[in-house]
Amino acid sequence: MVFDVQNETMPRDELESLQLKRLKYLAGKVYHNVPFYKQKFDEMGIKPESIKSISDLKNLPFTEKQDLRNNYPFGLFAVPRESVVRVHVSSGTTGKATVVGYTQRDVDNWARLMARSFESCGVNSTDIVHNAYGYGLFTGGLGAHYGAEVLGATILPVSGGATKRQVMLMKDFGPTVLCCTPSYALHLYETALANGISMEDLKLRVGIFGAEPWTEEMRQDIQNKLRLKALDIYGLSEIMGPGVGIECIAAQDGLHIWEDHFLMEIIDPETGESLPPGEKGELVITTLTKEAQPLIRYRTRDITRINPIPCRCGRTHYRIERITGRSDDMLIIRGVNVFPSQIESILLETEGLSPHYQLIIDRKGSMDILEVQVEVDEKLFSDEIKHLQNMEKKIMSHIKEFLGVTAKITMVEPKTIARSEGKAKRIIDRRNV
Amino acid sequence: MKVEQISIFLENRAGRLADVTRTLSEAGVNIRALSLADTTDFGILRLIVTDHEKAKQALKENGFTVGRTNVVAAEVQDKPGGLHSILSMLSENGINVEYMYAFVQQSGKNAVLIFRFDRTDEAIETLQKHGIRIIPGNELYNI
Repeated sequence: MVFDVQNETMPRDELESLQLKRLKYLAGKVYHNVPFYKQKFDEMGIKPESIKSISDLKNLPFTEKQDLRNNYPFGLFAVPRESVVRVHVSSGTTGKATVVGYTQRDVDNWARLMARSFESCGVNSTDIVHNAYGYGLFTGGLGAHYGAEVLGATILPVSGGATKRQVMLMKDFGPTVLCCTPSYALHLYETALANGISMEDLKLRVGIFGAEPWTEEMRQDIQNKLRLKALDIYGLSEIMGPGVGIECIAAQDGLHIWEDHFLMEIIDPETGESLPPGEKGELVITTLTKEAQPLIRYRTRDITRINPIPCRCGRTHYRIERITGRSDDMLIIRGVNVFPSQIESILLETEGLSPHYQLIIDRKGSMDILEVQVEVDEKLFSDEIKHLQNMEKKIMSHIKEFLGVTAKITMVEPKTIARSEGKAKRIIDRRNV
Repeated sequence: MKVEQISIFLENRAGRLADVTRTLSEAGVNIRALSLADTTDFGILRLIVTDHEKAKQALKENGFTVGRTNVVAAEVQDKPGGLHSILSMLSENGINVEYMYAFVQQSGKNAVLIFRFDRTDEAIETLQKHGIRIIPGNELYNI
């Protein structure tokens, strides 16, 4: 079923003229309300009135994650702070996080787009939704939460953690829809089996999984094990949160991006040039309707391609392929965004650590494991085991505190971390995604 | 009165201990006493050798992380209760042993106990006051 028939099945020509109308309004709005954009436009000699067609988008400046950090915390707001009803924060760093503000209308739009997304996955008001995305500054939990409420489904705001209790609730409450990361879905499955709960005891029929990369093979695995239809959801907090794009249960082949709210482009990440439909490159999104913190040409760093072929579900909004990579070195570990530079700065701030480290990411069973290998030099070394173990604990708790992921710290001998052309190879990702 | 001990960081992988002994053997350094402490991922090898300067240099040249610590060598009679008498006098004086290991020079004669204390000077004073012989470094290296 379709939640918002008029907007989701709007003919392409109407959709594109709506996009142009919104883009023109947006350009004027950011130019006059956000000093960052006024400066950028002026530097490039662009006036908001010069936008005549969607193809003029390519003349506008990009926005990078670093721009959000540079304007931390509220510098990119296009409305007075008093009009902002909620703030979310993405990927905590040692200093600057990425802050996103929402007006009441932004929050309402988000809930409606999530409701569209749920319905696109075959969810309706009779469903019970087990929402294991984290609640809090992270957008996942609350994003899915309000969308399910708008749809009229019964939401269980379970959040992350306490997996054993989660499977008990799943048995007792009989949720029909599961929202979490794909790796956590498998972890729930294993925990259920270990506690004597079989999938026949549960009523799950749809799983909406996102916030980390996964493969078609993993989808098949999840569908076979959990006995549900597994669908991919796309979102990022800078743009809104979950529900920027969603697969439909009719095709289960690529994610519809809600184009009446998000204008998408694919660019060559090296040159910044726009690529024609069908070419693979970096996804760039302009938020057409955001009030509190609209972004022009935000570089998501996610690699995908646009599929302009009409979808059998009847929605006219184009699809993107499953995200196949990143154009930067960001890692996604159990749904948490981690940049190697963040770990590096934590290590360098820890007294006695050499700058030689290596990150090894692996998937054991269904869970991502992050191992941080640190070389032990003479400054760090002690003849007492407890000193070295205390150092391991200290690094572990710093990483947990700043980045929100649990890492295993391993002390290694000097020079064991491979150095290629004098530079150390910092990241080994053994996950097959 | 203190003895120089060298300690070496070792990853838990096959052959690493042999790499240390090969390095020492090639450098012509003899091992007097040793102890190996281990965790799941790494170990610390503690050694008292005939020539710690030479040993340290050879090990560093071969890429090992080497540390140096002062430990105390005490002599006790090699008979039941020998170790206990020392440990109880330390305990009565509130001196904590971080770690220790021991070796016997010749059965039935004297045993040598190597101690790492948190308060080394105080420990030496206590032991000497109770008539325990502390073996000086030079003597131990050349036993």
